[in-house]
Amino acid sequence: MDYSQFLMMPQEIGLLVVFLLVFLYDTFMPAKTLKGLPLFATIVFGIFTIFSFCPVNVQEGMAFGEMFESNKATWAMKNILNIGMFIVLLQSIKWANSDFVSVRRGEFYELMLLTLFGMYLMISGRHFLVFVIGLETASLPLATLVAFEKKHYESHEAAAKYVLTAVFSSAIMLLGLSFVYGITGTLYFSEIASSIQGDNSLLLIVALAFLISGVGYKLSLVPFHLWTADVYQGAPTMVTSYLSVISKGSAAFAFFVILVQVFGAAYASIWEWMLYAIIIITITVGNLFAIRQRNLKRFLAFSSISQAGYIMLGVVAANHVGMASMMYYILVYIFSNLAAFGVIAVIERKTGKVTTDDYNGLFKTNPWLAFVMMLAMFSLGGIPPFAGFFSKFFIFLGAAQTHSVAIYVLVFIALVNTIISLYYYLLVVKAMFIRQDECVIPAFKSHWTERAGLWICTLGIIFIGIISCIYASLSSITSSLTEMFAMI
Amino acid sequence: MEIFSNMLIYFVIIPILTLGGLALCKNKGIDAIRAVAVTGATALVGLALYLVFYFLRQRHLGVTDDMILTTSVTWYAPLNIKLALGVDGVSVVMILLSAFIVFAGVFASWKMDPLPKQFFLWFFLLSTGVFGFFISVDLFTMFMFYEVALIPMYLLIGVWGSGNKTYSAMKLTLMLMGGSAFLMLGIIGIYFHSTATPGEYTMNLLEIAKNNAIPHNWQMYLFPMTFVGFGVLGAMFPFHTWSPDGHASAPTAVSMLHAGVLMKLGGYGCFRVAIYLMPFAAQQMGWIFLTLTGISIVYGAFSACVQTDLKYINAYSSVSHCGMVLFAILMFNNTAMTGAVLQMLSHGLMTALFFALIGMIYGRTHTRDIREMGGLMHIMPYLGVGYVIAGFASLGLPGLSGFVAEMTIFVGSFEHQDMFHRVLTIAATTSIVITAVYILRVVGKLLYGAVQNEHHRSLTDADATERISTATLIIAVAIIGCFPNFFINIIRDSFNPVVEALTSVM
Repeated sequence: MDYSQFLMMPQEIGLLVVFLLVFLYDTFMPAKTLKGLPLFATIVFGIFTIFSFCPVNVQEGMAFGEMFESNKATWAMKNILNIGMFIVLLQSIKWANSDFVSVRRGEFYELMLLTLFGMYLMISGRHFLVFVIGLETASLPLATLVAFEKKHYESHEAAAKYVLTAVFSSAIMLLGLSFVYGITGTLYFSEIASSIQGDNSLLLIVALAFLISGVGYKLSLVPFHLWTADVYQGAPTMVTSYLSVISKGSAAFAFFVILVQVFGAAYASIWEWMLYAIIIITITVGNLFAIRQRNLKRFLAFSSISQAGYIMLGVVAANHVGMASMMYYILVYIFSNLAAFGVIAVIERKTGKVTTDDYNGLFKTNPWLAFVMMLAMFSLGGIPPFAGFFSKFFIFLGAAQTHSVAIYVLVFIALVNTIISLYYYLLVVKAMFIRQDECVIPAFKSHWTERAGLWICTLGIIFIGIISCIYASLSSITSSLTEMFAMI
Repeated sequence: MEIFSNMLIYFVIIPILTLGGLALCKNKGIDAIRAVAVTGATALVGLALYLVFYFLRQRHLGVTDDMILTTSVTWYAPLNIKLALGVDGVSVVMILLSAFIVFAGVFASWKMDPLPKQFFLWFFLLSTGVFGFFISVDLFTMFMFYEVALIPMYLLIGVWGSGNKTYSAMKLTLMLMGGSAFLMLGIIGIYFHSTATPGEYTMNLLEIAKNNAIPHNWQMYLFPMTFVGFGVLGAMFPFHTWSPDGHASAPTAVSMLHAGVLMKLGGYGCFRVAIYLMPFAAQQMGWIFLTLTGISIVYGAFSACVQTDLKYINAYSSVSHCGMVLFAILMFNNTAMTGAVLQMLSHGLMTALFFALIGMIYGRTHTRDIREMGGLMHIMPYLGVGYVIAGFASLGLPGLSGFVAEMTIFVGSFEHQDMFHRVLTIAATTSIVITAVYILRVVGKLLYGAVQNEHHRSLTDADATERISTATLIIAVAIIGCFPNFFINIIRDSFNPVVEALTSVM
């Protein structure tokens, strides 16, 4: 065996090292020092995040019999996820040391890191076996994480819902993959792509639909979204924020690769239309349901459903601008959504309040938290000069690159939905800033780690859009993937 | 950095610095907040005056470029999005107007309470958007600044407004953002048809106009989108309903800025983006929008006649006057378009004056209902006289700005020989009479009628800051009325490229 292949996966190895360090700390350190475990895990992960940014490490090519690909796009995507993961870990330090959770804090960090490893495999896998292993590694530990607040009834309910839907959708996806295997006799992306050229079997279309529904569940696209609101509400807020951004981002990237690389050449017109319909209902249903929500976690659940629809616009584009815009969108979305969830988590930990009405007059008592929340809402709603505006504009540009009138109609529907979404994002802003007569939440001081996490998000929201080199580098990375888009 | 050698960028940098300065102020330090705000506003006025001077000198020296002070710096290289700046006569005048109104607005909100710091922060964020919009010639940056100017309105009205403020703020924001959704689609469409050679798409207005590559069938889709997108902000019928509610609920300075500058963004965008880039569709579909704006003019004026709330009266009057701006732009000739810009100037200053006076009156009487007030001329003569001057400007008395503007517009409109334009013009002219009706009705009742409330007798007249704010505007209105040629000389040549483009597709 050629051990140099492992050089292709520096990030995976780095993550495993982080995992092992956390595991060893958890197992062998005296009980007194375990209070430092969350901080230790965060710092180690932070160092890993910074190191994995070094472009020296990027080895391009295929490893392990072409099952695993490493290129600049996967490298960039993993880094984007790392940033999000770092913020989540940073924000969860205080929570992980709280009374009910602290006995199991080691498990929390270990399971989080494991799911991230699964997502890495989803991103880099070029064989369906690797992809499925990645998907399962990313899904199943999350069920444990969702059930992490043992004393809360909702947490259990959420975990049960999550695990049942996860298993069910995996089963459907595996059935679809078995169809693919039956037709082509292989599970390699590249081999499937070349063997289905010109082949137009109905079975393959069914397989494609099953595959889309399997991944669509991960992304909580409508109509595979029914678990989302309950799970988001019941899960601990840190896990919810993890579910809503990181898990979604990795699935979106893997989805793009599969659709374009495997089915791109022969079936582009079919899956594009499937996605077309899914996007329209995803964005619309997500938005319309979000309007009625009073619980902010449910509210953000529906908001994130509609955001997933916007991310899918990049997939429909199926070109390098779309891919760059999608990655950029995910990056911006990580900062915006983690800012919103960060504020919710802080307030929930301190006061236990999570409804919109509780946020009345927040600006008066906690101006800084209200300000961060407002930035997050504006960024999610796509208001300039915040990052969300740029990401929305670019994803629309990417989609419209294809020049068809149908895509313009799609973009128009998405734009109309932006206005609807702006309505409910402004409802939160209204509660915090305009309803100043009653103040439900008293003034309090948040922990420094939580503030640090929110600061990172704030800086990200303000500067990612204005500093153009981030998008430019993503764009140059994706435009170098000529092989991938050659067939489309 | 190349961009910083262009003086135009400082119209954005000054408000941003002011924002920074305000952020450093303490919440309670009202004096520091005022000092920073006044410094920022004064610097803007100074820079705007210098820009006018510079522009005139360039023209005098024989520089005949369409746009001067052009700079283009790449921002998003992969998409060929640039930070492109440049001004022509119209934008110079608009910048001057905005600077004046920001200046007057700072003084009008001198006693802002509560949260003065946050108020001025949002106020200057709005100004950043407005100035940025007028200096950009790149569609992307233009659109970005446009939205930057819109969103602060939500909080300015929602937090500091009065009456049914949450409803009005939400309605205004959603309607304007709805307009910008159309606009964004239009911009994306323009971008992908900006050039004949695929892959070299550009967002630069001047290049797109030079390439003139947008296919005619696409123009027919994109023109209505961009026109409606900007038209919503220009209060075009039937998309004007946000305007009266928004005005009525907004605090004084915001109403001033809103009517004085923000609604001008609509008119400016209509001609700079929609008509300039898509002349063919403009010629083909102009009549639809011309009819709509004709309705705006007359309908707005009639609605103003029956209102009893002072702010609603002026809000509907704004619908009528802003309709006149779009109406004149759609006449597609040099004279009427020059009139449109004069009307923007005139309306901006006059309405700002109106809203400032209404705010001051309301601050004293605590009512805006004209049925509950009367005889204010004896009680507060300074404000009374100011109101009469604003009223006269509005109904087009010679010597004040309204006359010059409306005269130019109607002369320009009459240059068209055909029946359709003639009838519409005559219909629009009736608004002058209707305007006189509602202005004189208010003046007669409010200022000269019997005193309705005995408590009003003890009210005071305007104080120093209020006098500064109103006097600035009154002088400006009179200057435009007496020396219109000064402005016409700046504006007139700027329309040549547009009119040329329009005639070439006839």
